[in-house]
Amino acid sequence: MLITDLLEETYLAISANKTRSGLTILGIVIGIGSVIAMISIGQGATGSIETSIQSMGSNLITVSPGFQRSFSQVSAGRGSAQTLTIEDSETIAKEIPFVGAVAPELSRRYQIVAKGKNTNTQVVGTVASYPSVKNIEIDQGSFISEQNVSNQSKVAVLGPTTRDDLFGEGTIPIGETVRINGINFKIIGITKSKGGTGFGSQDDMVFIPITTAQKFLAGADYVSTISVQAESPQVMTQVQTGITNLLLELHNITDPQMADFSVLSQQDILGAASSMTNTMTILLAAIAGISLIVGGIGIMNMMMTTVTERTREIGLRKAVGAKRLDISLQFLAEAVMLTFIGGVVGIILGSGIAYGITFFAGMATKISLFSIILAFSVSAGIGIVFGYWPAQKAAKLNPIEALRYE
Amino acid sequence: MIEIKNITKVYKSGDVETKVLKGISFSINDGEFVAIIGPSGSGKSTLMHILGCLDTPSSGQYFFEGQDVSQLSDDELADIRKKKIGFVFQSFNLLPRTTVLRNVVLPLAYANIPKGEREEIAKKSLLSVGLDETRFHHLSNQLSGGEMQRVAIARALVNNPSLILADEPTGNLDSKTGEVVLETFKNLNKQGRTVILITHEKYIAEHAKRTIFLKDGEIIEDVINHRSKTVQQIKE
Repeated sequence: MLITDLLEETYLAISANKTRSGLTILGIVIGIGSVIAMISIGQGATGSIETSIQSMGSNLITVSPGFQRSFSQVSAGRGSAQTLTIEDSETIAKEIPFVGAVAPELSRRYQIVAKGKNTNTQVVGTVASYPSVKNIEIDQGSFISEQNVSNQSKVAVLGPTTRDDLFGEGTIPIGETVRINGINFKIIGITKSKGGTGFGSQDDMVFIPITTAQKFLAGADYVSTISVQAESPQVMTQVQTGITNLLLELHNITDPQMADFSVLSQQDILGAASSMTNTMTILLAAIAGISLIVGGIGIMNMMMTTVTERTREIGLRKAVGAKRLDISLQFLAEAVMLTFIGGVVGIILGSGIAYGITFFAGMATKISLFSIILAFSVSAGIGIVFGYWPAQKAAKLNPIEALRYE
Repeated sequence: MIEIKNITKVYKSGDVETKVLKGISFSINDGEFVAIIGPSGSGKSTLMHILGCLDTPSSGQYFFEGQDVSQLSDDELADIRKKKIGFVFQSFNLLPRTTVLRNVVLPLAYANIPKGEREEIAKKSLLSVGLDETRFHHLSNQLSGGEMQRVAIARALVNNPSLILADEPTGNLDSKTGEVVLETFKNLNKQGRTVILITHEKYIAEHAKRTIFLKDGEIIEDVINHRSKTVQQIKE
């Protein structure tokens, strides 16, 4: 039998019972559709997390405080220590080679009030080099200057989202005043939007000189993180080790295990985040995969019924000279065709769902070629796997018994 | 063209062995028209399955056109059926919801005849059994019994087989259409084809030139009908 004959037979068999074929295909459509949609959601999340980490700055190394251990055995948790200081950051800038810029920061959330409106947002006390380290650009006015830092000036630079919340969209409130923790700050600039939404958005921030933050807001001289920009990606590891060794020395710690700080590169954060989102993607796809298996069983069920119904036909085909392979290929082709159609429709449906999620829920989704190829091969594979047994059953029928079957 | 030597067929179900054929030998020459007749349970269907290469004997030898086919595998037997044997069944066994033409084309598809030639061959075959051309595109289940059986004969002929094997071909037909079908077999025989007819009705067997009587798995009579009768003669 030629392949075209096989396809023709398959088409006739599937179209002979449209309702049943349609319902069986639906099972595969839902399975493939949900796999595509779930993978696209997972990869979309990975993509947007990666973009937002990348947008924090290039070749970025972040030094954060570690556990607070000095006074008791009770650990207050990572990041709680107040061991990093501006001096640490200045020493890093001075002593470590290949360091482009260093920006210490002291962040905390405060209630901010302006003209009767108020919001709760992240207030970042930092220095003049912060924009170059974190890839932040100024839209209006200027960023905090070194002068501001040394004078402990009460000036503030708003992120665009904060500006929108307090003064309204598109306004230029330079020269206006905001109240942070009961202290008035004069607005000197607005940063450019970097995109990204939700918690930790760099658009929803207020920047003030770090010295001001230490003196008037925190009342202490520690910093919460130090951001270091390496000169090139090649020297990242070198800079990372340099900083670690330097800080161990500065903090008088001999055992690196006992370090009261941690040095993370952007790659480390990226790696951790992608492994998290990958796990999520796999989890989502696995759940969707279950429905695909259920769809496959539907195919097998239908093929079993078909083989039984068409027993006499199989007997006749054998009598006129069909070999086992001819018969098993015929039924296998039918199963694969069903899953293939289901796969195509499922890909369209899954892409539609992904598009709908982006459109209506604003969640990033990404339909990759990989997931489409995966869905295609999985659906064809399911056709072969779940069609094999019925096809073998048909091929092994005894022609005499098959011809007599009532 | 057919020679069987001491053929037996034993069916086992559990510990019970049923000997359906108890050592049958005969030969059939090219161009013969043979009726195998016997009551139900005589083993004639089993014999037909072996002759039609649908089944293999438990012992003995079967030479089909000089080739020993008694020990061939399923697929090798399928090959012989495809090229050499045309079947006609009591219940027609046409593909339902399929056109007449497609039913007849089916064996050609398995024989790998080029697609473009198939319809032409199938149409010739249908015309040769006297089916009207207007029926070619009807679905098989829309036909009358006589027409269905003629389509089945056309399908049996389409691969130009050397042997036509008919199993109770008139069993599901009324006597009048049955006669037309029997005439068709006679005409085929006149054209030089070997025809084997399996039946349990004596008057049907009388259409053949030779009759083999089977009873309890043994041949009890093998006679030449010196003057095989026409339908009209039998009626009288």
